[in-house]
Amino acid sequence: MFYREAGQFKTSYQADNQIFPIRQDRIGIAIVLIAAFVAVPGLATDYAFSAIFIPFLIFSLAALGLNILTGYAGQLSLGSAAFMAVGAFASYNFVLRIPGIPVLLAFVLGGLSAAMVGIAFGLPSLRIRGFYLAAATLATQFFVVWCLTKIQWFTNYSSSGVITAQEMVILGIAINTPVKKYLLTLTVVCVMAMLAKNMVRSNVGRSWMAVRDMDVAAEVIGFRLMRTKLLAFAVSSFYCGIAGALYAYAYLGTVEPEAYNLDLSFRILFMIIIGGVGSILGSFLGSAFIILLPIVLNLIAHSLSLPTNVASNLELMVFGALIIFFLIVEPHGLARLWQITKEKLRLWPFPH
Amino acid sequence: MSFFFEVFIGGLLSGVMYALVALGFVLIYKASGVFNFAQGAMVFFAALTCVGLTEKFEMSLWLAIPLTMLVMVALGLAIERVVLRPLVNQPEITLFMATIGLTFFIEGLAQLLWGSQPHKLTLPIDDVPIEYFIEKFNILVSQFDVIAALICALLVTGLALLFSKTKIGRALRAVADDHQAALAVGIPLQQIWGIVWAVAGFVALVAGLLWGARNGVQFALTFVALKALPVLILGGFTSVPGAIVGGLIIGASEKLAEVYIGPLVGGGIEGWFPYVLALLFLLVRPEGLFGEKIIRRI
Repeated sequence: MFYREAGQFKTSYQADNQIFPIRQDRIGIAIVLIAAFVAVPGLATDYAFSAIFIPFLIFSLAALGLNILTGYAGQLSLGSAAFMAVGAFASYNFVLRIPGIPVLLAFVLGGLSAAMVGIAFGLPSLRIRGFYLAAATLATQFFVVWCLTKIQWFTNYSSSGVITAQEMVILGIAINTPVKKYLLTLTVVCVMAMLAKNMVRSNVGRSWMAVRDMDVAAEVIGFRLMRTKLLAFAVSSFYCGIAGALYAYAYLGTVEPEAYNLDLSFRILFMIIIGGVGSILGSFLGSAFIILLPIVLNLIAHSLSLPTNVASNLELMVFGALIIFFLIVEPHGLARLWQITKEKLRLWPFPH
Repeated sequence: MSFFFEVFIGGLLSGVMYALVALGFVLIYKASGVFNFAQGAMVFFAALTCVGLTEKFEMSLWLAIPLTMLVMVALGLAIERVVLRPLVNQPEITLFMATIGLTFFIEGLAQLLWGSQPHKLTLPIDDVPIEYFIEKFNILVSQFDVIAALICALLVTGLALLFSKTKIGRALRAVADDHQAALAVGIPLQQIWGIVWAVAGFVALVAGLLWGARNGVQFALTFVALKALPVLILGGFTSVPGAIVGGLIIGASEKLAEVYIGPLVGGGIEGWFPYVLALLFLLVRPEGLFGEKIIRRI
C-alpha cells in the first residue's frame, strides 16, 4: 500500500537513471539522512557516539571497500586491515611532514597511498585466483603490519610504536568532540557511499561484475582484465585507506600497527558476508550487525552474570555459528532480506 | 658451515610439522573441494581436548589419545551434518567462508570446554639432541624432531595409499571434482565427507600433539594454520607430496631467511617471508609445485 510505484512515470532518461527511481526510496533515504545528520547528534550521548555510531560508520566504509573488491569484482581478500593501516599511517605522516596541509587532503593522500599498495598487491590476482589469491592476500596483511612496526620512520620514531593522531582542524573548526567527529565521519561516508553506488552502476561497475562472473569470458568479449582488476584493487584499497585513517583519527586517537591485524580483516569480511556480498546497503547492514552483536551479547552475558572469559568464548561461538547460519540460510545476507521485505511490501496488504 | 646446516636441518624438521598441518588441508580439499580454514582450529581443539582429558580426569595419555580421536570423529561428523550437508554444490568460496565461521566456533568451543590458559603436554619422546649427529657432524638435531618426521612420513604413506589404491580413495577424488556428478553416479556423498573429516580430525590430532609437545598447548596453536597456508600455495592445494615438499621448502627457507636476512632488516620476518616466497613462486607457476594445471573454459 505504501510501497507501490504505480503511477510514477518517467518521462526522461534522466528520471529513468536516478539512483533511487522510486519515490518511496527517495523519501526513505531523506528520512535516514535527516535522522543521521540532525536527530542523532541531538539525541545520542557521547558514549553512544564513540562506542557505536563512529565505529559503525568507519566499518561500513571499510566493508564498502572490501565489498567493491570481493562482492563486485570477485577477488577474495583477507588483507583489508592492511590497507586500512596504510591509509592511517600515510595520513599521519602527511600531516606530520607537510606543515599546514588540510587534514582532509591528508586523508585523500593516505587513501591514494593505500590504493598504490593495493595495486602492488593486486598484481598477483592477474595470474592466480580463488583460494590461492585469498591466501596470497595474507602476505599483504603480515607484510604491511611488519613494515609499519619495524620501520620506525612511519611511526615518527615513537619508542612504543604507537602514533597519536594529530588534532583535526577543518575550515578553522577543531574536530575534537565526539559529535564533531561523528559528523565528519558521517559526511565522508555519505559522499563515498554515493560515489560507490554510482560507480557500481556505471560501466566501471559492470566491467567488475563481468570479471567476477567469469573472467575468461569477460576477457574474450573485450574487457581489459588487468585494468579492471587493478582498478578494483585500487578503488577498494582507497576506501579501506580512508576508513583506516578515520579509524585512527576519529575513533581511536592513538593507534599502533597491531590494531590493524588479521582479526580486523576477518571482521570486515564477516560484515560483507552477513550484510550481503555485492551490495552497497549490505555493507552498512553488516557493519551495524557486527558492531551491535558483541554489545548485545555482552548485555545478555552481564544480565546472566556469566564470567567474562565464558562470555568472550560464547561470543566467538555465536559469531562463527551466525556466519555459517547466514551462508546456509541466506547467502545474500541482510541486504537480500531487505529486498524481500520490499517485494512483500509492494503487494501488501494483499498476498498476491 | 655446521651452523648453516644446523639451521637448515632445524628448518627442514619444523617444515615437517608445517607439512603435517598442511596435509589436513590437502586431505579435505582433495576429497571434497572444501578449503578448510578451520584446520588450525581443529589442531588446537584436538590438542586441548587431549590435554584436558589427561588433566581433568587424570587419565593416562594412552587412554586420552583414543578418546580424543573419538571426539574428533564426532566433531567431523557433526560438521558434515550441520555445516556441509546444507551447502552441497555451493560455490567453493561459500564453503571456504563457512569454514572461517567454523574456525571461530571451534576456537570458542575449545576454550569454553577446557579453559583458555596454556597447558603443558609431555609426550613420551625426549627432546634431546641425537648424539650420533653431534659426534659425526657436530650438528644438533633433536630426537623429537626426527621422530616427528618419521610419524609424518608414516602418515603420508598411509594417506597416499588410501587415495590411490582403495575404492574409497577413488570416491574421494570423484567427490572433489564435482559434488553433483558424484552423487549422480551413486557415491554416498555424506559418508565420504564423514570419512574425510574424521581422517582430517585424526591428522589434526597428530599435528596437535606434536606441536603441543613442542610449544605448549595454547591459543597460538591456531596460528599454525596460517603457517600451513604458504606451504599449500607453494605445493599446490591438491597434492600430498606438494604439502611435504612445500613444508620442507618453507621451513628451511624461513629459518635461513630469519638467520641470514633477518638481522639486515630488523628481524621478525618469519611472519611474512613464507607468504612472499609463495607469492613470488605463484607468479611463475600459478598452480603451485605439484598442483593440477587449471584449465578454464567458457
